Amino acid sequence: MVSDHEGALHATNTGIDNRKFGMWVLIASECFLFGTLIANYLVNRARGLSGPKAQEIYEIDITTLSTFDLLMSSVAMVLALHGCQNRDVGKFRFWTGIVVLGGVIFLGFQYYEFSHFVHNGLGLTTSIFGSSFYLLTGCHGLHVLAGVLWMSTILATSFVRGDKWFPDVPLEVAGLYWHFVDVVWIVIFTVVYLFVYI
Amino acid sequence: MAKNLPQTGIISWITTVDHKRIGIMYAVTALFFLLFGGIEAILMRTQLMVPNNDFVTGSTFNGLVTLHGTTMIFLFVMPLSAAFFNYLTPLMIGAPDVAYPRMNALSYWIFLFGGLLLNFSFVAGMLPDGGWFNYANLSGPKYSPTHGIDFWVLGVQVVGLASLIAAINFFVTILNMRCKGMTLLKMPIFIWTTLVTQVLLILSLPVITVALVMMSFDRSFGTGFFDPEMGGQVIMWQHLFWIFGHPEVYILILPAMGIVSEILATFSRKPLFGYSVMVYSTCAIGFLGFAVWAHHMFTTGLGPWAQALFSAGTMLIAVPTGVKIFNWISTLWGGQISFTTPMLFAVSFIAMFTMGGLSGVMHSSPPIDYQHQDSYFVVAHFHYVLYGGAVMALFGGIFYWFPKVTGRFMDETMGKIQFWLYMVGFNLTFFPMHFLGIQGMPRRIYTYAGDQGWNLWNLMATMGAYITALGGVLFFVNLIYSCFNGKRAGADCWDGRTLEWTLASPPPEYNFAVDPEVTQLDDFWVRKFDATGNRVEPALQPEIDPATKHLPNPSFWPLVLAFGILLLACGPFFDAKGIWLSVFGLGVMLLGTYGWSYEEA
Repeated sequence: MVSDHEGALHATNTGIDNRKFGMWVLIASECFLFGTLIANYLVNRARGLSGPKAQEIYEIDITTLSTFDLLMSSVAMVLALHGCQNRDVGKFRFWTGIVVLGGVIFLGFQYYEFSHFVHNGLGLTTSIFGSSFYLLTGCHGLHVLAGVLWMSTILATSFVRGDKWFPDVPLEVAGLYWHFVDVVWIVIFTVVYLFVYI
Repeated sequence: MAKNLPQTGIISWITTVDHKRIGIMYAVTALFFLLFGGIEAILMRTQLMVPNNDFVTGSTFNGLVTLHGTTMIFLFVMPLSAAFFNYLTPLMIGAPDVAYPRMNALSYWIFLFGGLLLNFSFVAGMLPDGGWFNYANLSGPKYSPTHGIDFWVLGVQVVGLASLIAAINFFVTILNMRCKGMTLLKMPIFIWTTLVTQVLLILSLPVITVALVMMSFDRSFGTGFFDPEMGGQVIMWQHLFWIFGHPEVYILILPAMGIVSEILATFSRKPLFGYSVMVYSTCAIGFLGFAVWAHHMFTTGLGPWAQALFSAGTMLIAVPTGVKIFNWISTLWGGQISFTTPMLFAVSFIAMFTMGGLSGVMHSSPPIDYQHQDSYFVVAHFHYVLYGGAVMALFGGIFYWFPKVTGRFMDETMGKIQFWLYMVGFNLTFFPMHFLGIQGMPRRIYTYAGDQGWNLWNLMATMGAYITALGGVLFFVNLIYSCFNGKRAGADCWDGRTLEWTLASPPPEYNFAVDPEVTQLDDFWVRKFDATGNRVEPALQPEIDPATKHLPNPSFWPLVLAFGILLLACGPFFDAKGIWLSVFGLGVMLLGTYGWSYEEA
């Protein structure tokens, strides 16, 4: 997706670039992927015969912090694209870097959370609740990791290709992906962490 | 680097991103797997020919049942449909290629590796034996401790990824790359069924992806998603499998319906009857296909409300399907019909599919389904829709488009003999299975006692399978013979209606020298007549120097990336040390991704 060529050769029927359209379609598919994982979690969240229960182990303040961090990285994503489209290489690089940083911090939070949970007796195989929790949030974490790799690749490519390289469409496609991963987290935050209180 | 890759020879095929070559590779691979699936079927029928037979053991039989179903669905019908999508979509919509040519190559390679991984179970001597729907907890680590089930789980996972990538590709291609004037309701009907099939794939594959990941976790990491002892539920697998599995049925049949619609219109020399209604019923089938999965699970005890709703939904699908059947009959009505081989297959599709559809409507009623569940009646039903239906249509499609792909016709005499061998053999095999099912013969048993009144029907079914096998052998003879000695075919060899017939046979690498423009449905057909209805010669596409057209560069990165995915999927077979193989596979995937991204497309 870093190269500018593929798909850009022809005018399209919908007026939407092929690469962007493809990302939208992938997002539709991902909705069903996360939909299945969330449904599985909802079915299993109170099941399991051993180990700590959801309300005993979640730390809502830590997760709220990491949610805030991920949301802010989406703001940075908007600003990075804005910088790119306005041909402001400094702004484009700075905010792309902030997106990467935001993603890395989120992954750090998740690493802390997982090891904290394991320390408190909730492993992958402890209970069906734990398995469903790790499968759902782990899958989301992998998506964040892929986004971090993607955005750092764009950043590195910018330094390799110089001040005149502005990947408008690839950055927008990466942005669509990043915002989607963010939106999924909002759903997960609500369904997994907040539903404990109702 | 990529620009220097050769244009001919084996390297050019490995690195190709041309949708026509990839289509041919899909077709050849699918037919190769047909041999596997067919031999598995013949072995099973030989075992069941007489009671108390010991031709194969019970556990081998379980493996054959599983691999026959899985191979025929995931490695034969789906990729053969994908071969048609690949070859025909750009040609029918007047596009130079698909939206993402390299992703197209990627999905082929992933599919090939996934198919090989699944069938490597033969070499490893550990056949998956959970049936094609692999029900938990029979497929869990407790009851299936060998790696047999892992071959199934990971093979299907990899093949599913290939389908998902291809589906996104075709969806974007159809919606974004149509030629000038081809609005949605001027697209050939095959393109419509292709489009709806991609929607089904895009939305149903992620569900089975999650289910397979859960199954892998249960088997490799000791979770208990489907293990009641750990609080899991076996019924969860059934739901997830069939939420994918029922749309999958329409993924198999919709492309076949599109092919049949094209063939019937061409050889009746009439427009397709009720084109727009055909489009709407295709969409309706696609939509309703997502809302009926639990009719596979009536006997699990869903409760009266769920049963009533899923039963009604299932009956509702018969309406748009019935509309299609009447449209096909009306297309034939009053036409100048020529019974070529493709036409024979297409007409037989209507009859066979209707029979399969009728027994399907019977199952939609839960009390009747309680009787039919897991009996040979169900086996008869789904072979009538998928074999008498989808496979017959795909054979028709091969005979119909073979001249376009190779520039030579397939031999008509051999084709017609094959058709009749198939018709007789197919009905002899599967019609008696209705009786067997009603008489209580369960599916998937490897042998039976001789005093239950099943002997005659089983013998007939096996004879039918042998007759079909003869037809299959004749098909491969015809295919190879016609590649070299078939009658030469011109550009518009069947007096066709869609844009691919304006191109030379085989089409040039660049597809269209002049960007085509259409003004109506069946534009090419309408241009064959002047204002007073007399035949005129329509303009065909000119041929030009290929060097003047910009084509996407060949690339070997799709192969590298697909190989990385294969290595990743191979990890779980080596237990504790396998993690390093998977990590290495991830590395190869990263290498492939970066090589791909920085390459001139």
